[in-house]
Amino acid sequence: MKNLSSELLRFTTAGSVDDGKSTLIGRLLYDSKSIFEDQYEAVKSASERRGEEGVNLALLTDGLRAEREQGITIDVAYRYFATPKRKFIIADTPGHTQYTRNMVTGASTANVALVLVDARQGVVEQTRRHAIIASLLQIPHLVVCINKMDLVDYSQEKYEEIRAEFEQFASKLDVHDITFIPISALNGDNVVDRSQNTGWYEGATLLYYLEHVHIGSDHNFIYARFPVQYVIRPYNDEFHDYRGYAGRVAGGVLKKGDKVMLLPSGFSSTIEKIDTADGEIEEAFPPLAVTILLKDDLDLSRGDMIVRENNHPTVSQDIELMICWFHERPMQLHGKYEIRHTTQSVRCIVQDIQYKMDVNTLHRNQEDKMLKMNDIARISIRTTKPLFVDAYRKNRTTGSVILIDEGTNETVAAGMVI
Amino acid sequence: MNYRLNHLRELESESIFILREVAAQFDNPVLLFSGGKDSILVSYLAKKAFYPARMPFPLLHIDTGHNFTETIDYRDRWVKDIGARLLIGSVQEAIDRGLVTEEKGYNASRNFLQTAVLLEALEKGKFDAAIGGARRDEEKARAKERFFSHRDEFGQWDPKNQRPELWNLFNGRKHFGEHFRVFPISNWTELDVWQYLAQEHVPLPGLYFAHRRKVFFRDGILMADSEFIPKRPEEKVAEMTVRCRTIGDVTCTGVWESIAATIEDIIEEVAASRKTERGGRTDDKRSETAMEDRKKDGYF
Repeated sequence: MKNLSSELLRFTTAGSVDDGKSTLIGRLLYDSKSIFEDQYEAVKSASERRGEEGVNLALLTDGLRAEREQGITIDVAYRYFATPKRKFIIADTPGHTQYTRNMVTGASTANVALVLVDARQGVVEQTRRHAIIASLLQIPHLVVCINKMDLVDYSQEKYEEIRAEFEQFASKLDVHDITFIPISALNGDNVVDRSQNTGWYEGATLLYYLEHVHIGSDHNFIYARFPVQYVIRPYNDEFHDYRGYAGRVAGGVLKKGDKVMLLPSGFSSTIEKIDTADGEIEEAFPPLAVTILLKDDLDLSRGDMIVRENNHPTVSQDIELMICWFHERPMQLHGKYEIRHTTQSVRCIVQDIQYKMDVNTLHRNQEDKMLKMNDIARISIRTTKPLFVDAYRKNRTTGSVILIDEGTNETVAAGMVI
Repeated sequence: MNYRLNHLRELESESIFILREVAAQFDNPVLLFSGGKDSILVSYLAKKAFYPARMPFPLLHIDTGHNFTETIDYRDRWVKDIGARLLIGSVQEAIDRGLVTEEKGYNASRNFLQTAVLLEALEKGKFDAAIGGARRDEEKARAKERFFSHRDEFGQWDPKNQRPELWNLFNGRKHFGEHFRVFPISNWTELDVWQYLAQEHVPLPGLYFAHRRKVFFRDGILMADSEFIPKRPEEKVAEMTVRCRTIGDVTCTGVWESIAATIEDIIEEVAASRKTERGGRTDDKRSETAMEDRKKDGYF
């Protein structure tokens, strides 16, 4: 059977309005034969109707009526393709200033961030913003595609110049793995097939990179964390005393027989069994969804956490966050919000706004306390009950939160624990 | 020990997480069941998610009355197999009492009438979350859909004002009278679904496998001959070996020529296919944004 052992890689794309992001995705899908005839025909006839020359591959990703009318991407769109090596999920996010929130959303689950640079323009404000967001959201791998190489005569000099400029800027960021690829999304150079026009470039094509980049260490396998999501109690004769704690492993490896500590009670117990619908398993690791049974009869519920005795998260009501504000209504200093963290849901109050960060320059502004849509800031909050948190840098699952406005029920911010 | 999951296990684990999240965040969820492979998959995953307990929500089938007979036989057997409770919302009954009006003409379909019947069933049952089997790879409007998709009190979707969804943190908060649609298999592709159903040996409706059937061509699409579809004089019925790639109601489900007789054959066929599965759905062809327009009104 075809690629049953393939891994899943999630990547996010960001680019300015005109640097060819949708075209690049269209190219990846088209050249990897992931576009179907009827989709291609529909796009072709839509391009003709709109009086465009050639087939506009961008129309493959711009799905909503308003987007087609305005020729822009409004929302995060998810695209799928597979090669014999891997299955890919693309979070395609719009690039204009007002949509930082979508970029953050797309970046939150990505293994790889793909940043596009127009070879004629070099590193511009938007490039910097995308890289800063990728670094804030701790995307493990960053690929800088220097696009439209056809328009600069495939110049190595131009490529090296942009690369040096980007590297200099990136030295201030928290990113460790950057790869540069010269491409032309329009003509397909170095996207799927190696280009004849860039003889001086010895690196991989974009698809080859995506197929081979090492993502096995992207999860945290050291700090054991198991947030209880749901308690399974069958109440039938066969499973009379069954009390299983269902959830998804958020970090580390949990094994049958492990001594564990329960939060918030601090009680100790031992893992009696790790259960799944396919039978018992010996150990569980991220991102498996399993059901844990404990030796002792304790009363755990949703929001509690199972951890190792000698390694536990910070248990605190005072939490420092980097947040991205999502809503038109500005954040209220001393305002109260619902906060969601793993499977916990409590209330919090915003105690302080330390500084706002300029996503184009990394400049910290300590005077401006007005947090508007798409702003990024460092804040302090106090919660009504303790949360069990890790630094986002250590664990993206136990280090992330969202804030909800209790009046409108809207998700108003995403936060990362410092 | 190698702590890696293959893509099917990772997708399974994500879907199970979402299904448990629905049970935890909502008071009265329901799982929309059509009898197609996607809703079979979702109900199968729901059984797994709550094992060894029973799934904590019923299945709801919006029945147009224009079914392939095989669909109903399969449905009743499957519901028994997985130990679920089944509710039925009948389009025929809604037509009889005047909630909706039947379309007329050769292309008449009850597909569009399902929306009103579905919304009424959700309201009557006081359901606050309707779990569906939609996938983002199916259609361009669905590519922008959230896992937890908020609907206003009229059941409408506002694609330009969706809640951002980050990490694994899902916001199911709502006002009284509103509900959510939840799509646990958003990230699965058609090929993933088939590979997984094969791997798990899930029994499937015979319609998916190649069989002899009376069919005719309409607007380039091969349709099953049925008493529910009036034929134009020039449309000639012939017997061919065909299978369904999606299963909806008879009036809007195209069939196609195929000799794929086993699930392994189907996987081969899907992997090599150059046409999308919804290419045979006449309901999507009414305009460039037909799906978005229907979804805004509260369609599946």
